[in-house]
Amino acid sequence: MAKKKEQVVKNADTGSGGSRAINKFRISDAVMMLIIILLCATCILPFIHVAVKSVSGNSYVLAKQIYFLPKGINFDAYASIFRDGSLVYAMVYSVVVTLIFTVLGMLACTCAAYPLSKKRLKGKTGITFLLMLPMYFTAGIIPTFVLFYDLKLYDTMWVLIWPLIYSPYNMLIMKTFFQSNVPDSLEESAFLDGASNIQILCKIVLPLSKPILATLSLFYAVGRWNAYADNMYYIKTDRLKMAQYKLFQMVSSASESQSVTLSEAAAVTSTPEVLQAAFIMFVTLPIICIYPFLQKYFVKGAMVGAVKG
Amino acid sequence: MAKNKKAAVMTQTTWKNALKRDWQLYLLLLFPLAMVAVFNYAAYPGLRMVFMDYNPVKGYSGSPWVGMGTFRKIFQDADFINALKSSIAFNLMDLLVGFPMPIILALILNELRYAGFKKVTQTILYLPHFLSWAIIGSVAYTMFRPTTGLVNMFLMNLGVIQDGIPFLTEKWHWAATYLLIGVWQGMGWGTIIYLAAITGINGELYEAAMIDGANRWKRMWHITLPGIKGTVVTLLIMNLGRVMGSNLERLSVFANTQVRDFQYQLAVYIYNKGLQSGKYSMATAVNLFQSLVGVALVLLSDKIAKMLGEEGLL
Repeated sequence: MAKKKEQVVKNADTGSGGSRAINKFRISDAVMMLIIILLCATCILPFIHVAVKSVSGNSYVLAKQIYFLPKGINFDAYASIFRDGSLVYAMVYSVVVTLIFTVLGMLACTCAAYPLSKKRLKGKTGITFLLMLPMYFTAGIIPTFVLFYDLKLYDTMWVLIWPLIYSPYNMLIMKTFFQSNVPDSLEESAFLDGASNIQILCKIVLPLSKPILATLSLFYAVGRWNAYADNMYYIKTDRLKMAQYKLFQMVSSASESQSVTLSEAAAVTSTPEVLQAAFIMFVTLPIICIYPFLQKYFVKGAMVGAVKG
Repeated sequence: MAKNKKAAVMTQTTWKNALKRDWQLYLLLLFPLAMVAVFNYAAYPGLRMVFMDYNPVKGYSGSPWVGMGTFRKIFQDADFINALKSSIAFNLMDLLVGFPMPIILALILNELRYAGFKKVTQTILYLPHFLSWAIIGSVAYTMFRPTTGLVNMFLMNLGVIQDGIPFLTEKWHWAATYLLIGVWQGMGWGTIIYLAAITGINGELYEAAMIDGANRWKRMWHITLPGIKGTVVTLLIMNLGRVMGSNLERLSVFANTQVRDFQYQLAVYIYNKGLQSGKYSMATAVNLFQSLVGVALVLLSDKIAKMLGEEGLL
């Protein structure tokens, strides 16, 4: 009897497979796949080209023979970047800033999202308004600049950290997750057992929210790593500027003269183009390396955010 | 029992009880509240400099009041008018070209057959969203430089063109390149929201349509698109609010003297006049104008969406 049932199930399976076979591969499928492949190529090929250029021989680059295969492979450009040291320093500095920023950011985000996820919280509407308004309306660059100057934050590492650690957008995502994914009954029973609000947060809510914590940490980290407009506004000292800003400086100086600014001590032997390619790779690689592993978390977070954006 | 009744009758808790029960929650809230108070709200009074001729040496107390003088000045400033025009034109173009792209892409991705292929290509398409404008800009230069850029190099080696196309150094070419790079950067990531909305559509609708003989395009047109209409409207509202905004990182990485006409948009104006030339009051007035119009646009488009029977945003 049981066997017969299995047989039926199997038949149903092949049945659906059969209907898929009837729904055969059409030209439109091929066209759509082709469009997607072409779009993907625009996302990958430029980076392959830059990577290949960064390890190619100068003469081949000057002869415009480098497309997607390296010729005369050497790592001189990378060597001169390491000899110069300023970019390596900027990378280490950026990592430190990003780490501090992410930790503080998650703390601020949790401190806001957890209380606001409680329906019973008195004064919730008013507090939510206060915490969300900065997302829609800011005083603008100059008043903020004057404020940071008065706060003695101008031209310090902390100006890259404190002002942005509380993010209304991330708070909203976290709050939505708490409300929809942590069962109220669990918290209530812990409450009846005499657990305090903070105990409930640390022992129940946070362990249940690991996916969103991972996602938002990444939002914070990538956001900090990539942003550099505040470097333009608030930082004067060269050693306090982040790696992305260094790359930006190089691009904007090179866009007209095509020269790369590395100190004399670096004893540059590569052509500006090769050096620039190596520079780009150096700053891009960290993101590209971790990206495939983290991508699924990002998508999850973006979806939670989309539900109540 | 009595307690329950009391709770049911008393829907409004007193502040005393709320503080007693949730003092820890309020304690937690102090941290983010302090952050917005110190770094956002404390800057709001500084906005009074739009009615002053602000001088950083004299500060807020020493600078003279000029009433609406600053606003009169900016509306007579040719640079501002130019920046405003470029900003609006480019943002509208961004919206026109950039907004439909993720929708089309999401529809295509939704129709793809092989799960593995779909997953890999999605991962690749999201990538540009995670790269900074510095990286995108520098790679764009590597691609589009007149003589040594990959695209021009390729076309010239093929003999299609004699001289390099000035993708980033002639203003009309620049405009097209700038817009397309923006679309390229946002298209993959933008699909996520639409794909999520498509997942929410009832599968039975598709089955019924298939039985009725609706082909792929008809199903797309009559089921998928209406199914994501709400999401489309919401995102359109959010994007309309940005018609006045501009991104300094994106604009400055593609800056060069030949394209200044188009590249000198509001964000560049504010940075240039304010922090570089010291015309603080003018820059702040422009910034304020920009954010007020932005807020007004969001409120307005939200109202319109609600009038049309959509859910809206606020």
